[in-house]
Amino acid sequence: MSNSTHHPAPMSPVEQRVAALEALLTERGLLPEGFIEQITRRYESEIGPMNGAKVVARAWLDPQYKQRLLADGTAAIAELGFGGPEGDHMVIVENSAAVHNVIVCTLCSCYPWPVLGLPPAWYKDPPYRARMVREPRALLAEMGCPLPEEVEIRVWDSSAEVRYLVLPQRPPATEGMTEAELAALVTRDSMIGVARL
Amino acid sequence: MQGLGAVDHSPAEPVFHHRWEAVARALLAVVAGAVEASGGEFRHSIERMEPGHYLTSSYYEHWLTAAATLAVEHGLVTGSELEARAGGRFPLSGPVLALPVVDAGPDVGTPRFGVGDRVRVREWHPPGHTRCPRYVRGKAGTVARLDGIYSVPDIEAHGTARRHEPTYSVRFDAAELWGDRQRGVRVHVDLWDSYLEPS
Repeated sequence: MSNSTHHPAPMSPVEQRVAALEALLTERGLLPEGFIEQITRRYESEIGPMNGAKVVARAWLDPQYKQRLLADGTAAIAELGFGGPEGDHMVIVENSAAVHNVIVCTLCSCYPWPVLGLPPAWYKDPPYRARMVREPRALLAEMGCPLPEEVEIRVWDSSAEVRYLVLPQRPPATEGMTEAELAALVTRDSMIGVARL
Repeated sequence: MQGLGAVDHSPAEPVFHHRWEAVARALLAVVAGAVEASGGEFRHSIERMEPGHYLTSSYYEHWLTAAATLAVEHGLVTGSELEARAGGRFPLSGPVLALPVVDAGPDVGTPRFGVGDRVRVREWHPPGHTRCPRYVRGKAGTVARLDGIYSVPDIEAHGTARRHEPTYSVRFDAAELWGDRQRGVRVHVDLWDSYLEPS
């Protein structure tokens, strides 16, 4: 039976619970048709770290834009057409040779949706949330981002309404690259602050 | 909380690992909209999960549990309907332990503190929702940034009353927070005005 391709895998208990709530809300007329697909499409293809990467690349190329971005993150991000829930109060924290920034939400999963999309699973799981404020230098090294002792680490716990975006350092040997080429170098992890470019 | 082990980190992972995760996310949006849940009430519905269930279930199972709990508490569905449809147990979050807030007190329009001021986080342990992380309670820090004036989550989670207060980003030295010798690490926590007292 288990090898048969004619029967779909039985639903797991959590899938059965999701289906139960979905069915009841549909019967009550509360779940608009197509809403699930709309949510899925929005977060799978319309918003994500490609938006933040454009912000970073623009800041690397245009010093005046960078100045505006650091002074009022929300407004500067809106210039590129990005904004919305979990992005209404943006603060951009800039890395340098001497300072490394990293973001976390110890209480839940706050994350700048308009520029990074939905957070990855590890960002929302207890190990990251507990350890990034307790032993960030050790955790960053463990995650593949070792930092010299003399580099100051600034952790930003998104515990109120502000959402953060890390502005990574522009990598060496990227002179002459276009904005699109630069954006392609910017990773989600570098904008969370668990990687350097 | 300690001893949680390695971060299961992957530089690239899908937004939703299974279709049910996207459905759970959508259902929460539907329920929160229908019952007009505040951010505080939503977050508290997850915080009220049985601790063992919370720690052993995935993020979107938290959202599903929150959606179902809010739907039952606001009378959209009943727990027995959910269990009948699911064909088994449907764990919901535990009851609210805090009393409803009736009088929120006056809004605070002017920040009590400025950048560079030393502050100490109040040491208190409310039975309900709060956005004051336990690891900074009783600790002293320095105001690093003034942010906007926002509704206090501790109040909005427990009724329709609202109070608005200034918020601050407060910088703590990690060695002071944890009593160890780690160097060159600052942890910034965003806190409402009433969480703080002068230091």
